[in-house]
Amino acid sequence: MNNEPIHSLAVEGITKRFPGILACDSISLDVGEHEILAIVGENGAGKTTLMNILMGLYQPDEGKILINGREVHFRTPVDAYATGIGMVHQHFMLVPNLTVAENVLLGMREFQKFLWQDMEGVRKRIREISERYNLPVQPDAYIWQLSVGEQQRVELVKTLCLGARFLILDEPTSALTPQETDDLIALLKRMSSDLSIIFISHKLAEVTALSDRIAILRQGKVVYRGTTSGQSVSNLASLMTGHEVVLPCNECTGGSGETILEIRNLKVRSDRGFFALDGLSLSLQKGEILGLAGVSGNGQRELADALAGLRKVESGSILFRKKELANKSPRSIIEAGIGYIPEDRNEEGIVPPFNVRDNLILKDFRSKHFCKGPFFRFDETRQNAEELQKRFDIRCASLNVAAGSLSGGNIQKVILARELARKPEVLIAVYPTRGLDMGAEEFIHERLLELRSQGTAILLISEELDELLNLSDRIAVIFKGKILATMPTRETSKKKLGLLMAGISGEGAA
Amino acid sequence: MNILTFVVNVLSIGIPFSVALLLASTGEMFNQRAGVFNLGCEGIMSMGAFLAFMPAHLLQNTSLAPYANLIGIAAAIAIGALFGLLFALVTVTFRAPQGIAGIGLHMFGWGVAGTLFRYFVGGVTGVPGLKNLPIPLLSRIPIIGPLLFNLNGLAYAAFILVPASWYILFKTPWGLKVRAVGTYPRAADTMGVNVSRTRYQALVAGGMLAGLAGAYLSLGQAKMFADDIVAGRGFIAVALVYFGRWNPYLILGGSLLFSVAQSFQLAIQVLGIRFPYEFAVMLPYVLVIVVLALTPGSVTRGPAELGKPFDREKRV
Repeated sequence: MNNEPIHSLAVEGITKRFPGILACDSISLDVGEHEILAIVGENGAGKTTLMNILMGLYQPDEGKILINGREVHFRTPVDAYATGIGMVHQHFMLVPNLTVAENVLLGMREFQKFLWQDMEGVRKRIREISERYNLPVQPDAYIWQLSVGEQQRVELVKTLCLGARFLILDEPTSALTPQETDDLIALLKRMSSDLSIIFISHKLAEVTALSDRIAILRQGKVVYRGTTSGQSVSNLASLMTGHEVVLPCNECTGGSGETILEIRNLKVRSDRGFFALDGLSLSLQKGEILGLAGVSGNGQRELADALAGLRKVESGSILFRKKELANKSPRSIIEAGIGYIPEDRNEEGIVPPFNVRDNLILKDFRSKHFCKGPFFRFDETRQNAEELQKRFDIRCASLNVAAGSLSGGNIQKVILARELARKPEVLIAVYPTRGLDMGAEEFIHERLLELRSQGTAILLISEELDELLNLSDRIAVIFKGKILATMPTRETSKKKLGLLMAGISGEGAA
Repeated sequence: MNILTFVVNVLSIGIPFSVALLLASTGEMFNQRAGVFNLGCEGIMSMGAFLAFMPAHLLQNTSLAPYANLIGIAAAIAIGALFGLLFALVTVTFRAPQGIAGIGLHMFGWGVAGTLFRYFVGGVTGVPGLKNLPIPLLSRIPIIGPLLFNLNGLAYAAFILVPASWYILFKTPWGLKVRAVGTYPRAADTMGVNVSRTRYQALVAGGMLAGLAGAYLSLGQAKMFADDIVAGRGFIAVALVYFGRWNPYLILGGSLLFSVAQSFQLAIQVLGIRFPYEFAVMLPYVLVIVVLALTPGSVTRGPAELGKPFDREKRV
């Protein structure tokens, strides 16, 4: 490993094509020592592809990489690590059935002997790094035992153990809770006195809080390069999306007063067997958005599953128009008029290999409208798909492409289109904008507000406080399977919600 | 006949029976840990059995006779390595579907071995095979001695292989790479592990062990060759890997359980108990199915990417 410091890193004219896509279109960028460069762009703008080229995972079709002014060629990630560049990938590159130390060892030749491995050496290196940067990790814990935040720390420690002096972080906050995100940003600020950092994100508030300079990518091209200071979030957002972005707000407050869904004393077990919902009660009124705030893992998944009929209810009841829905089949819940936008859009929201047209009728394929005896009416299904594509601005090459090949935002639009076309009386939306860029977020927020004005009751489960405050009429906070408090949105604040999400209820704190 | 003699009889047949399964499933375990399942195990075993048998058959009355078994075993290992390499080329480099490629390899190995046997040998011919090597002192322990310490060389090697392969898998850098590429090849790739090379190595090693398992069948167990000599053991070996949760010790347990059940059903047939023998023959297979069905599924320990080819430049 050479220890030559990296004073500057530059890419010039990088172009990369994938079948049918120009992912990077002649991109030029540069980063100096101890600098934090933020690379910003919507999903599919080419950020990750560019970074994979920098790490030697993809080979560029054109262009070159310069370190300290000299051209370098990275054939594999080993070459990149050898010059001191390390990357923390958006999807953590940690093998779940190995321990932390084993994951680090995988990349460290000097501790790999022929017939044995120097685990003590690896542990020592991990401890050194974790003390130096104040990143606590347990070397002998298995990855699958760790929370997402802990895995993030392990990724950082691993990359630093491998000798990285130049860090690339690809959307490092996308899976973190708000608290973990704040911690990470503070940490990166501290680390920048020691390292150079490229920070990729589409969350503009984080970018302006952290970076020295900014580069904005759109459709594979650099559309803006400059210093961060003096740039407003809304200005950056319009540069990023190519148009003015105004996230809509819920103007009027209060539902109709008519309760449509009543959850009483619900008890549901988690996958591991304990009560993830422990006597939860909640009621939803016609024409309101009820936001459910909480750090994920406090029972949100189990609540959504139970409401959709995907998880057994141990006790308690779910009353929809005074009719019991607990432990009914998903089909009868769908037919009762409850819509569902699931948390995991690829696993539960669509059938990825099915085409867009078929995914749009996943809940209606039995109806007389779409079939005649055992046969589909293909004209009807096509017409339905074309209408929904127009109404929901689903961008795809054709309605016959596999839904799984679409971008996250478009997959979410397919799901939204399918659910909203059914005119549900109640909609359960679980993290509906997670991982999406601002353009898609804006669109989804508009549709949810529109649905609300038509009288649908929406249960919005989210971790993004801005989203909850913008959209909800009332906000309830879930903590350890119970509702800690429910209040009208105008009577609350980010700070108040943050405390409640951490389990500190108002009276206790005062 | 008292119960003790019956149990000893069952074990004295069952333990040697387990060796071929143990060798083949340990090899398959390395394949699967690296993310590739090889249904061609049975075909490799057929080829191994045939190539191990041939030198013993041809050199029987020549001056080379004392070395015939060693030559045969070496040939079996070599053909196993070659088949492993071929399978790696098809599934790792060309990314062919592993299930289909494995069935192809099985048919190929089985067919070639049978055809060559009919062409060069024709009828049933016995060979001297491997002699038992009693271990001094240990083999004289009552009951346990004859059961465990009076076996042939390959059998000892197979049992020593259990702790050895556990050590290789869990305590060496190579084993670490094998486990990583079978669970999350993309992560291994970003850490500089050569995914393809590691899978090639694991497939060649697994093929060698399958070839050796074949050699054990023809030289150590049957002391002859017939084209159905493997008789489904290659597929049982694949099942035992799942049964053993990709762990050498549990695989040893599975091999012993299956083989003892096999020898138990033979023993009750010999005893002449009024019990339809067709059901007795089914017993070991039913046992495997029942145990497999009852083993709790666990995704946190096994190779999660089993069966999926790796392509670095594929977009995720």
